[in-house]
Amino acid sequence: MRKWVPALLSPLLSALIVGFAHQAVAGEINLKVTIPTLNTAEYHRPYLAIWIENPDQSVEKNLAVWYSQKKTDKGEQSDKWLKDLRQWWRKSGRNQAMPLDGVTGATRPVGEQKLNFIEGKAPLGNLPAGQYNIVVESAREKGGRELVRVPFTWPAQKAVSAKATGQEELGAIVVELKP
Amino acid sequence: MKFIIALLSLVVSVSASIAHAHGTWITSSSTVLSAPQFVTFDAASSSVPFIIDHRPLVIDALSIIAPDSSKVLPVNVMKGELRTVFDAKFEQIGTYRLELLRSGFRANWKDAENKPKRFMGAAEALAKEVPADAKELKVTESISRMENFITVGKPSALKPTGSGLELVAGTHPNDLVVGEPVEFTFLVDGKPTEGVEVEMIRSQTRYRNKLDEKKYKTDKDGKIKVTFEEAGLYWLDADFKDNNVSNKLATERGLAYVLTLEVLPQ
Repeated sequence: MRKWVPALLSPLLSALIVGFAHQAVAGEINLKVTIPTLNTAEYHRPYLAIWIENPDQSVEKNLAVWYSQKKTDKGEQSDKWLKDLRQWWRKSGRNQAMPLDGVTGATRPVGEQKLNFIEGKAPLGNLPAGQYNIVVESAREKGGRELVRVPFTWPAQKAVSAKATGQEELGAIVVELKP
Repeated sequence: MKFIIALLSLVVSVSASIAHAHGTWITSSSTVLSAPQFVTFDAASSSVPFIIDHRPLVIDALSIIAPDSSKVLPVNVMKGELRTVFDAKFEQIGTYRLELLRSGFRANWKDAENKPKRFMGAAEALAKEVPADAKELKVTESISRMENFITVGKPSALKPTGSGLELVAGTHPNDLVVGEPVEFTFLVDGKPTEGVEVEMIRSQTRYRNKLDEKKYKTDKDGKIKVTFEEAGLYWLDADFKDNNVSNKLATERGLAYVLTLEVLPQ
């Protein structure tokens, strides 16, 4: 009796402590996504998807999908072009009904776009500890497509930041983690 | 007379495409859709896949099967000199199967005066056309299946029919990406079969000097493993011979399977 009770209790207790610790200070992911200025005759804002990817490249969480939700001149739904976010469409988009609450939104202009995600709150919610990538995929009408990955470890022990830069369709992608 | 010529040319074109399954194909303007819409198709037989240089494909036997198993009719069908064009509207979520099934018999023999004779056509006509005293009679049965897949939204599972030569893809055929290995299993009358010869050719052959065809042969489990090195449209052709004939006059059965695949970049 004496032997197994503490043995059973201690992991329970530590789990509780960790649980409380997490509740007390929720982790955060801050993203800066730069949509570059492109010198082109006809510019359309890109469709863009941001998600958290597992090491096996499956989608863990969708964070943001920016696309035009207006109907086209021919009266077609703009969903028609969502498939051009090829990797996102194949791994996540096609499996659910658009729009996604708290994830989908209008396209955004050129410049640095800031996003903030808080642990425990949608769309980030609870992310199990582990290795992940932030993936940003951009596809532009009459333009190109690009996908950028930024690896990170969750949860962060201290404030850290990681960065990657696209070559054509995306500028700097900065991932800032707060414990 | 005109009718006879038209009939003759039809027989020739059908038999030619059965005899040389090589070079028949259907391509689509899209394979992956995120919203219901029309897709347009080209169908032809040609010297090299996807290069329009020979004859339009007869699509009378084409079925477009929706995810709920209902059928969609092609519209705006235009038979040109070099290719057939048609449109179809894809409205349900899931995978549509286009299938063009053809079968027939080819007979060669010598008559009482030792003159070579031949016949091509269906089983009923075969019995009538081939005389009982035919010498050196050789009858071959041909069965071919040509497929294309179009997916709206989430792909749905594809079930083989269990008849003739068919393909079961380890990765959904509308889900192929450069660099990710795929396993294809070939079935003959529903059973994985060893020794099926498979050939694949990537599109845009006109803009390179090598045809660059890839050849495979299925292993004892009926499988081949493929890794696509480049994005593009691929023409897959599989052939197999056995003697499971459906008519006692025939001694050999030739099975063919053709599929157009689209492979996207990472």
